[in-house]
Amino acid sequence: MPGVSRQHKFSEYLVVGRRLPTEVDPTPKLYRMRIFAPNEVVAKSRFWYFVGQYRKMKKGTGEIVSVNVISEKKPLKPKNFGIWLRYDSRSGIHNMYKEFRELSRVDAVHALYQDMAARHRARFRSVQILRVAEIEKTEDVRRPYIRQLLQKNLKFPLAHNRNKNFRSEFQAKRPSTFA
Amino acid sequence: MSSQTFKRYVEVGRVVLVNQGEDSGKLAVIAEILDHNRAIIEGPSTGVKRQALAFRRMNLTPFTLKKLPRAAGPTVIKKHFEAAEISKKWSESNWAKKLQAVERRKQTSDFERFQIMLLKKQRRSVGRINLAKSKKASA
Repeated sequence: MPGVSRQHKFSEYLVVGRRLPTEVDPTPKLYRMRIFAPNEVVAKSRFWYFVGQYRKMKKGTGEIVSVNVISEKKPLKPKNFGIWLRYDSRSGIHNMYKEFRELSRVDAVHALYQDMAARHRARFRSVQILRVAEIEKTEDVRRPYIRQLLQKNLKFPLAHNRNKNFRSEFQAKRPSTFA
Repeated sequence: MSSQTFKRYVEVGRVVLVNQGEDSGKLAVIAEILDHNRAIIEGPSTGVKRQALAFRRMNLTPFTLKKLPRAAGPTVIKKHFEAAEISKKWSESNWAKKLQAVERRKQTSDFERFQIMLLKKQRRSVGRINLAKSKKASA
């Protein structure tokens, strides 16, 4: 598996919360949210952050009803994901759309955070994921960097291939890297 | 890419040799290409379970399962793999023989290494005798 840490970097949580019941409102409305976070604590925290932007709710007068991990249905099938995000740069707020080809939603989100960190130096706190959706049809793939992987009968050579494992560290001859 | 520069391509049906991790040294087949760095591989006949693996952790072999459909499951892969007699072709290849020889060398006992030393000495001495003879003849 390519990197164990990659697998556990993020999880997708379904967080359900509500205001605390009062005499006026004994059964407050439930709100649920899908949140990508490294752990449950962060997921709950992000829930209060986001819900506060939409409703007059806060942690002090509310409660988390449940936090569940959503796992991927088919974690061995490559899928194309479109991710809509809001990103807080040094000079303003931008909306963005990016595409990723990964095995799970969680992998796609991890790739997104890596990508945002690399291209824009954006940290976790300045990236808000608005929507993660699987792109079912090839025609709906917008980005050329994903589209090129979806050609029929795709094939390409590996121009530089090192055979690491079967050689000792020091050799008299230079290795052939040509596959 | 029609040039003759490259002979082995990453493609669906390409047989690969895994060279790192627990499946190291086993053959598997590319079932689906994930991106420029990774593919979904599986080796139902060789005990490699279905997984995404980076190209740097495998080597492309000269064998391909030509008619393997994209995203084939273990039964289909196994069928094609065995129909093409890949295991047989592989064990007959020089590449596999070299790997086997390396493995055998690693397993040699102290006494076996001693025997090898004697045999190598013998081989060297034959070469030296011949060289001395030819020098004498030309002198």
